[in-house]
Amino acid sequence: MKHKNTVKLEFPSIPDNVALARVVVGTMLANMDFTLTDVDDVKVAVSEAVSNAVLHGYQNRSNGLVYLTITAEPEGLEIIVEDYGRGIHDVEKALEPAFSTLPERMGMGFVFMKSFMDKLEIDSQVGRGTRVRMFKASLQAMRAVQ
Amino acid sequence: MDLDASLSGETLVVRLYGELDLRVSDHLRPRLDKELDRQRVKHLLFNLRGVDFIDSSGIGFILGRYKKVKAQGGTVALTGPNRSVHRILDLSGMYKVMSGFANESDALKALEGGKQV
Repeated sequence: MKHKNTVKLEFPSIPDNVALARVVVGTMLANMDFTLTDVDDVKVAVSEAVSNAVLHGYQNRSNGLVYLTITAEPEGLEIIVEDYGRGIHDVEKALEPAFSTLPERMGMGFVFMKSFMDKLEIDSQVGRGTRVRMFKASLQAMRAVQ
Repeated sequence: MDLDASLSGETLVVRLYGELDLRVSDHLRPRLDKELDRQRVKHLLFNLRGVDFIDSSGIGFILGRYKKVKAQGGTVALTGPNRSVHRILDLSGMYKVMSGFANESDALKALEGGKQV
């Protein structure tokens, strides 16, 4: 890819928009230097981040807003998911496998984000919201490192 | 996304289609639980051949049904996931608590034969 491309989306915190986020990310990935497995991984990661914003950030209230910023550049893809919901009390604990405040969630969300992306940063304040920044390095960037 | 459920012996065979995420799991959960309560079901077999995508919401959905069936003395088995769905199931440790089979008939044989799967 020649040019940096940034797409910003703002949408209400409803479960239908999780699929929308995946479609947008999948479309951007299709034009980039990634393997099929990378594409699958990033789609799972964005699905988890947006699901968390809906379920945990806004506790399934549909009147919250989720902000998704995707930046494609030769080095890779950056995804930022932000909500202004309730925030995470203990980020360290939220990152532990099998930690979840909801039944049937298993606490796998952050585990997938962490293992499927090359970088994961979580910035959260109780009562203010959460910002998840993830980055996946392109094949081109990986080759440059080797 | 939809769900097909049919009873084979004591096993409810559930074929899922589409993307198993938060929206779809929320939608399928009450429907499948109703089927599980309505029919005299002992075991549950998920055929995932039609599933294109799964994330932790979908994993939670399957695991929730597993707990329900297991509490009633039954067993849950899986068949048909594509490569990427299989990978997520594996990473989630699903195959540690339930068995995967090459096809529905192998799974049914094992479930209905009363073998520990």
